Amino acid sequence: MRSVQRQQKIAFTILGLMTLLFVVVPILLTVLYIIVNGGKAVTWEFLTQQPRNGMKEGGILPAIVGTIILITGTMLFALPLGILSAVYLVEYAKDNFFTRLIKLSVVNLSGIPSIIYGLFGLTLFVGFCHFGCSILSGTLTLAIMSLPVVITATKEALESVPQAFREVSFSLGSTRWQTVRYCVLPYAIPGILTGTVLSLSRAAGETAPILFTVAAFYLPRLPRSVYDQVMALPYHLYVISTQVPNMPLKLSFATGFVLIAIVFLMNLTSVFLRIHYRKKKTW
Amino acid sequence: MVNATAIIKTENLQCFYGSQRVLHGLNIEVVPNEILGVIGPANSGKTTFLRALNRLNALNPAYRQTGAIYFEDQEIRKIPDNLLRKKIGIIFALPQVLPVSIYQNIAYGPKVHGITNKAKVDQIVEEALQKAYLWDEVKDRLDLQANRLSGGQQQRLCIARTLAVEPDVILYDEPCSGLDPISTAKVEDAMQKLKAHYTQILVTNNTKQAARVSDRTAFFLMGELVELTDTNTLFTTPKDSRTDDYVTGRFG
Repeated sequence: MRSVQRQQKIAFTILGLMTLLFVVVPILLTVLYIIVNGGKAVTWEFLTQQPRNGMKEGGILPAIVGTIILITGTMLFALPLGILSAVYLVEYAKDNFFTRLIKLSVVNLSGIPSIIYGLFGLTLFVGFCHFGCSILSGTLTLAIMSLPVVITATKEALESVPQAFREVSFSLGSTRWQTVRYCVLPYAIPGILTGTVLSLSRAAGETAPILFTVAAFYLPRLPRSVYDQVMALPYHLYVISTQVPNMPLKLSFATGFVLIAIVFLMNLTSVFLRIHYRKKKTW
Repeated sequence: MVNATAIIKTENLQCFYGSQRVLHGLNIEVVPNEILGVIGPANSGKTTFLRALNRLNALNPAYRQTGAIYFEDQEIRKIPDNLLRKKIGIIFALPQVLPVSIYQNIAYGPKVHGITNKAKVDQIVEEALQKAYLWDEVKDRLDLQANRLSGGQQQRLCIARTLAVEPDVILYDEPCSGLDPISTAKVEDAMQKLKAHYTQILVTNNTKQAARVSDRTAFFLMGELVELTDTNTLFTTPKDSRTDDYVTGRFG
C-alpha cells in the first residue's frame, strides 16, 4: 500500500512540474520578453499622443481608444443577444428540430476561422447595409464572431444551476421569467462572466475580422461617430511590424504590451466581479 | 358532475412518461381540511399523482396526461400555472432550500407575487416560520445561509416557505424520507396543527407515518388506486387483500 501511495505522489509531482513547464513558463516568458523589449517604450507620451512621422514617433492613443471602443461595442451587441439566446435555448425552447438546428449552428459557428467573419462582415455590413468601413460594421462583425462563445458559456452556466432551484421557484407560483430572473441567472452569473470576458478578450486581439470592416492603416485622430474608421491595436501592431520599413522594434513590443495589459485588466475585472457574486451567493 | 364538497377531484386521470403509462385512470376526491395519506410501493404512481395536481409534471417534456383534474370545481389547465401553484404548494422529498438566507428563502414567494413592502414581508416571514414551528429555533439568525440548518430544520423551512404564499392545499412528497425520527415527529406535528386551515396530501413510503398522520389513506399499486378509505379501516380491516398484504408488510 505504502509503495502505491508513493508512486502516485511521484506521478502527480511529475505531472504538476510538467504543467508548470508547459503552461506557466511559456506565459511568463512571453510576457517577460515583451516587457524587456518594449517596456521602456511604454511612456505616458506613448499612451496619450497621436502617432507622428510615419508612426515611428509619438504615441498610439488612437489605436488604444479604437480598441477600447471596439471592445465596448462588441460587448453592447454580443452580450444581450448572446445571453438572451442562451436563456431562450436553455429555459424556454422545446427540444425539436428547430432548436437542435440552432444548437448545431452555434457549435459550428465557433469553429469558423476569423477571416471568414471578416469577409462576411465586409459583404453584409460594409456592403449590403451600407455602413461602410466603420465602427458599426467592425463591432457588429466582432459581435457575431463572439456570439457562439458567449452563447455556449452562458448555456453551460445556466445548465449548471440545479434543476431543483427551478422546481422550487415554479412550485411557489413563479412564472417562467421570474424563475429565470430570480432563481437561475443570479447563480449563473459567475460562469457567464468568465465566458463572456474570454470571448471579449479574443475579440480585442483579433485582426482578421476588423481588417476589412473598420481598421484604419493610419488615422491620427479620434473617431467622431460610429460611421468613422478607427485604428486598433492588433492591426496597428501588424502594420508597424510588417508594413513600415525601419520601424523601431521596441515600438512593436510596446504596442503588444499595451494590448496584453488591456486584456489582462479585463480578465482581472471579471475575477473581481466573480468573487463579488460568489460572496453574495453560495451553495 | 363535480362533487361540490371536494376541493380536488380527478376524473379518469391517466399519466404517461413517453410511452409508459404511470397512472391508469385515477378517480379520487380530496375533501377540504383533511390529511390524505397516499401509500404504495415504489413505481405505483404516487409522486406522479401529486405532481399532476400542481402541474409540475408538465415541466417534463416527455409527460402527457388525459382525463381531468378539478381544483375548486375548475379544470386546472384553465387556471394559469403560477396561480395554480400558488394555491397548491408542494414539499419535496429532500429539503430543497435555495442557497440564500433563511429570510430570503421565505421572502421569495411573496416577492414573486408582488409583495415588496418590507414590514409586510417581515410579518409574513415571522408568521410562516411560526406556523412551521421553526421560529423559536431561528429567530435570532434569519440571515444565516439556509443550507447551514439541519435537515429537519431545512424541511420545516420549506414548509414555512410554502405557507408564505398562502396556499389552500399542501402536497408532501415523502417529506420525511431523509429525516431522523425526532425531526419527523416535528414535521408531523406541524402537519397536524396546519389541518385547521389547509388541505394536505401526504405521499409516504412509511405506512406507519400514514397511519399516524392521515385522516383517510389511499393505497396505490402499479398505477391504480386499490383502496381509499378512512385510515383506521384501511389499516385494520381493508377490503382488498392486496392492501392487507401491503399494510401488514407481506410485500413492498
